[in-house]
Amino acid sequence: MIAEFGHFALVLALGVALVQALGPLIGMPFNASLGRVAVPAARAQLVLLSLSFLALVYAFAVSDFSLSLVAANSHSAKPLIYKLTGAWGNHEGSMLLWTLILATFGGAVAFFGSNLPDGLRARVLGVQGLIGAAFLMFLLFTSNPFLRLDPAPFDGNGLNPILQDPALAFHPPFLYAGYVGFSIAFSFAVAALLEGKVDPAWARWVRPWTLAAWCSLTLGIAMGSWWAYYELGWGGWWFWDPVENASLMPWLLGTALLHSAIVVEKRGALKRWTLLLAIFTFALSLIGTFLVRSGVLTSVHAFAVDPARGIVILGILVLFVGGALTLYAIRAPALKVEGIFAPLSREAALIVNNLLLTAATVAVFVGTLYPLALDAVDGTKISVGAPFYNLTFVPIIVPLLLLVPFGPMLGWKRADILGASQRLAAAAAVSAVGLAAAWVWQNDGPWGAPFGIALGVWLIGGAFSEIGYRVRLFRGASLPEAAAKARRLPRSAWGTAIAHAGVGVIVIGIVGITSWRVEVIEALEPGATFEVGSYTLTFQNVSSYEGPNFRADKGSFLVERNGKEIATLTPEKRIYPVSEMPTTEAAIYTIWVADLYVVLGDQTGTGAWTVRAYVNPLVPWVWIGAVIMVFGGMISLSDRRYRVGAPIRAASVPSARARKPEEEVSA
Amino acid sequence: MTRKQRRATLIGTSLGILGLAVGLVLFALRDNIVFFYSPADIVEQNVAEGTRMRIGGLVVEDSIQRGEGTKVRFDVTDFSETLAVTYDGILPDLFREGQGVVAEGVLGADLSFVADTVLAKHDENYMPPEVADALKRNGNWQGEGAEAPHSETYGQGSYP
Repeated sequence: MIAEFGHFALVLALGVALVQALGPLIGMPFNASLGRVAVPAARAQLVLLSLSFLALVYAFAVSDFSLSLVAANSHSAKPLIYKLTGAWGNHEGSMLLWTLILATFGGAVAFFGSNLPDGLRARVLGVQGLIGAAFLMFLLFTSNPFLRLDPAPFDGNGLNPILQDPALAFHPPFLYAGYVGFSIAFSFAVAALLEGKVDPAWARWVRPWTLAAWCSLTLGIAMGSWWAYYELGWGGWWFWDPVENASLMPWLLGTALLHSAIVVEKRGALKRWTLLLAIFTFALSLIGTFLVRSGVLTSVHAFAVDPARGIVILGILVLFVGGALTLYAIRAPALKVEGIFAPLSREAALIVNNLLLTAATVAVFVGTLYPLALDAVDGTKISVGAPFYNLTFVPIIVPLLLLVPFGPMLGWKRADILGASQRLAAAAAVSAVGLAAAWVWQNDGPWGAPFGIALGVWLIGGAFSEIGYRVRLFRGASLPEAAAKARRLPRSAWGTAIAHAGVGVIVIGIVGITSWRVEVIEALEPGATFEVGSYTLTFQNVSSYEGPNFRADKGSFLVERNGKEIATLTPEKRIYPVSEMPTTEAAIYTIWVADLYVVLGDQTGTGAWTVRAYVNPLVPWVWIGAVIMVFGGMISLSDRRYRVGAPIRAASVPSARARKPEEEVSA
Repeated sequence: MTRKQRRATLIGTSLGILGLAVGLVLFALRDNIVFFYSPADIVEQNVAEGTRMRIGGLVVEDSIQRGEGTKVRFDVTDFSETLAVTYDGILPDLFREGQGVVAEGVLGADLSFVADTVLAKHDENYMPPEVADALKRNGNWQGEGAEAPHSETYGQGSYP
């Protein structure tokens, strides 16, 4: 009964989405009042999809095996938390979550967008409704989660055991909130093209939505990477796998969008480019959904999927992106070009940022899709792995990272590069110290590694040099004065500094794990002692136990360092009888600047077990850095100018170096 | 600087960066991609020893032999030809006899293959598309539903 209720709500949501789309997009030119239907429709859609989703979660919670989706993906012996998260651990449920998040963003515009002009809000919601309608049709006609099974089986097939994990339970919602969040930027872009008007106020509305989506996506990717690190048992954090790239591409372009929208907001320049970025970022989100859902690519993260459904997503992609680009081709040339600037200015720096991020996206895109294209053309099967990305992505992204600290130091319109360099002298000095320290500390790592560390330090130092400069620290201001100034700085300045510093932390983490990892693989009998880096491990024994829905062999390793016992690690090998599937549970001992990572492998027959142990230096910094970036993004999101929402350009909050309005020359 | 010069600088920089990116991509695509071969492809195309490649097929039943330490050897077949694969390391959780596998490494003499990576998968019913295609090409596809290899097995938890 509850399931029918959810099904009914889903069908109703489709109807409401069509009203939400057609009212503003078709009706408004004839009768302006038809646009007003969008706001209540968006609210209703959010309510209906929430109900529908709750109904599905309920079906999973009570293990209603008369639903074919529950029977295929759940099992009564599963812990409750994984019954609940199992609701979106499958294709149908995750697409329902997708539409729910889409409706949530639409609902948020409806609830909190009261400072938007009515026409713009209606059009944004209209486009959002159209996307919603397309995906609801996809859901209802090809992947309906509420289909009944008759007769109902006695028990279900169970959820893939490696998905029964806390990080993975929440990875999809965040990832989707990021993917789908970019739909708002897309809807804003299409609405602006329909209205034929892009102004700084528009950018000010778009930016917080983009930023929120970007924060979610960052967190989602970081969670996925963390999960892969501890659950897959290889000790790797990124594999340049197509499924990972699918989430990285919208992230890279979304990061570019985030920065170009600043230029539109502050200077009124780069309008057309920003619109294009908004369209392509969402396009890449859809491509990501398509790649993951269709299974066309060989991926280490691939699960059995249905290619036919992928084609439908591809159709939706072509429809929306093709439509938006056509609209762009017709309308964009008419947009007024404003805001001239010198080749050395913050605008120009942000253009360079955008170019490099776009180039990096192109490199990842080619690496991800070239094998697919080649296969389609002549059936040749190739794979593109880390060496390709090391040769393309890395040389593109490193110059960008080197330039990051300069960006916030440069003035709008015309910048003083010499002054900016002087202000970064301290950061450069700290970075040189970092280089020397890493050089001395490393014994026989690659020669480039200390430079990588220096780059990370440079990013962190540069980020805070900007704050230091703005509060006039060490330049006449006493410490309390500087602190008082620091408190008055706009939060967006803090957000920028923190997020950029987070990038530095990630860089240090990546350099650490890729350069200085120590790996030991051995076949050991209980009682054996071996060394990994500075740790001494004693393989004590292997015991068996029964979990709630699995059997496990648990190895016990005593860890010593400098003759002192510091921990006992217990990696496991589990078998889930429902699906006869083994999984590896790595044991990790972290001291925050390094992880000791132990995996229990197979028994080799003679009483010995294969054991793999790593020392992974600095790897936690990769995820800590990502969390710092998200934190920076959230600080920036709480900036005053988004809360008070000043729609008129002259009322924009003047930043320290912003020009007076009369100096702004339009071209 | 005049407006024209500014625009020229902007366009020049953009083209420069994009050109550089395209150059890098093309250069990297020349040497840094790995081709996939089925055992039959290797024989048919007379692939040279020492070539780095990915291979795929089904793991032959009862062919897994554990050597000293962590060394393992097993046979991979597409029912036309069979490769003898050696590997040193821990095999992925879902590595099983009779199931599809993809490995990356270097081809040796007489259909031997030294793998340095054996690709894992997350789902026991997942068949790597290359393996499915290779088996279908020489008519040895025996999976359920020869037309739609994936849809039949769908439902065992797909990537969320």
